[in-house]
Amino acid sequence: METQIQDKTFREKMIGIFETRQETIFRNDSPTLVERRKAAIESFKQQGFPNSKTENWRNTDISKAMAADYNYYLESTFQKDQDLSKIFKCDIPHLETDMISQLNGWFVSENGSIKTDKQGVVVGSLAEAKKKYPGLINDHLSKIADDRKSGFVALNNAFAEDGVFIYVPDNVSVEVPLQMVNIINTNENIFIQNHNLVIIGDNSSLQLVQCDDSVDHQQSLINTVTEIFVGKNASLDHYKLQNKNDNSTLINSIFFNLERDARLSTNAISLNGGLIRNENYVTLNGENCEANIMGVYLVDKAQHVDNQVFVDHAYPNCVSNELFKGIVDDSAHAVFNGHILVRRDSQHTIAFQSNKNILLTDKATVNTKPFLEIYADDVKCSHGATIGQIDENAMFYLKSRGIGEHNAKMLLMYAFAAEVINKIKIEPLKIRIDDMVKKRLRGELSICEQCVLHCSNMEKETNFEIDMSKV
Amino acid sequence: MLSIKNLHVSIEGKEIIKGLNLEVKPGEVHAIMGPNGTGKSTLAAVIAGREGIFEVTEGEICYKGKDVSEMSIECRAREGIFLGFQYPVEIPGVSITNFMRTAINEIRQYKGLEQISATNFLKAMEDAKKLVGIQSKLTNRSVNEGFSGGEKKKNEIFQMAMLKPDLAILDETDSGLDIDALKVVANGVNALKTKNNATIVITHYQRLLDYIIPDFVHVLYNGKIVKSGKKELALELESKGYDWLKDEA
Repeated sequence: METQIQDKTFREKMIGIFETRQETIFRNDSPTLVERRKAAIESFKQQGFPNSKTENWRNTDISKAMAADYNYYLESTFQKDQDLSKIFKCDIPHLETDMISQLNGWFVSENGSIKTDKQGVVVGSLAEAKKKYPGLINDHLSKIADDRKSGFVALNNAFAEDGVFIYVPDNVSVEVPLQMVNIINTNENIFIQNHNLVIIGDNSSLQLVQCDDSVDHQQSLINTVTEIFVGKNASLDHYKLQNKNDNSTLINSIFFNLERDARLSTNAISLNGGLIRNENYVTLNGENCEANIMGVYLVDKAQHVDNQVFVDHAYPNCVSNELFKGIVDDSAHAVFNGHILVRRDSQHTIAFQSNKNILLTDKATVNTKPFLEIYADDVKCSHGATIGQIDENAMFYLKSRGIGEHNAKMLLMYAFAAEVINKIKIEPLKIRIDDMVKKRLRGELSICEQCVLHCSNMEKETNFEIDMSKV
Repeated sequence: MLSIKNLHVSIEGKEIIKGLNLEVKPGEVHAIMGPNGTGKSTLAAVIAGREGIFEVTEGEICYKGKDVSEMSIECRAREGIFLGFQYPVEIPGVSITNFMRTAINEIRQYKGLEQISATNFLKAMEDAKKLVGIQSKLTNRSVNEGFSGGEKKKNEIFQMAMLKPDLAILDETDSGLDIDALKVVANGVNALKTKNNATIVITHYQRLLDYIIPDFVHVLYNGKIVKSGKKELALELESKGYDWLKDEA
């Protein structure tokens, strides 16, 4: 069920598809969800896609990505005879995860589209969950993914059919990290919209690794929305790994809602990708919440990475901490936009924000905009942004010990990124990301070498001149 | 080992060193003394190969018979020149272990030697740590990050012990040290002394020279060595200050 989309009328085409294909789009929906979709498409009609005049999109030009022709599918194209184990194969030594796979934005599994383990943890396809858990879905789906945030969010709310659904009941600590992998593998240019929903009950905990990878070199446009509800006194340890081809555009909007005493740690690691836009919306919706929002990006060539963070301190006595670091090479472009809102009654808020960048060339660009909006009077907030080159004094120090230009630079760049990498709490994942960052800095990382996966024709393992692991 | 002839160095067009001559032979310890701002640290940095704002406008520096003007910083280091920094640089995220292993292996590669084995490396670390009385934890930390002044200076001597240079230039290694740390640093330098290597100690005060006994003392004033002598010269400077030398300059 393929629909062609063309450039100038991308917006009209999508509206057209919505008008004419409602039966298919609404096929799994309760009346409540249908209403939400209709409201979303209205919002999209008003907003359209963002452009360079849209606030917060000024430094990210998506016109090229929007001008391409894409195919759009309303149903999964997955064929039963495809061998999933070949596409999805995790090779991180000692990393034990339960893998949840999406192929081109559609949930795929060899053993059922939804399952419940003995602790009551539900993992499966969102489309299936709509049928099986209508109550949970009605209460949560498209509830915090606010249409007004951008045309992409509205369009996703209007269209998205499938994605991953995770439900952790109250008082359950999920021992094994869950790993969501969205792989794009196709021989055509496609536009993908998937929607993930994660609900973590009170006093529960979850570790979630979200990977976006490509195994082809096709041009693709991915518009992913993820909604994550973190219950009272619950905790989420979340990672986003992005290793996409240079022709891909990834718009990744995540909405976190934290209830009283909840803890969130989220870390976005962008290693490669044509254009990556990460939007993080964090609402601290109860007292004593703690949110650590981190990211590291390594971009070169003509790549573009944009991190947008919005933290809403809606209640008093919460802590939020932002740390984003990036190395920008060639004519690459990095954008950081951090907005902290402290509402009038949110006293004793502690909020920190930091964005640090290293520019390696004269053509590399960074736009960083830290922004605090504070209405309470008893708070502790700070922000800072730096854009710099590699420290000449440090280079001289390293060289004066016999270390050459190349390795000295590597050591310093690696050290710069390591501050964020070291905060990864899943040890085997940390070791692997560490390794990938080193390879990336040496220009040896290929997209075939998936963040956690290897496709079958993976290149040979590369040896380092220096083994930077600890003695 | 080191032969400096008529050296002139400018920083942003301002001449700092104005025709300096110095001869250092293997087995010797030289002390260079002088008031602030006379070019002591500039001299040290230029011998190590610091570029950028430092410009050698005239004269030459020969090390082991070779003119070093075309040699990079790292090549000079691989050839055995070591600079102990007055202000060691903090490098968060780079562990001392990793730093030293990278340095040693690059030096070994330059000399056509194999990479150091883990066992030999660990042993060298242990020996060097013992020499300067570093507690074991120091080596797992990032280079100089959060170190006290004394720890930073000890770490410089630790690195010197690891790299075993032929020519060590210690730039104000005594500044900011209490007497106990000073003794530790001095003992380290003395223990590393052989008849084949040389040390240049740059200092402000005579105090360090009670522990590192120099063969020669030079007074650097206004970009030139205005007086050279034996170790007694240091004592004379201590009692009389530098003013009496101004006339000689």
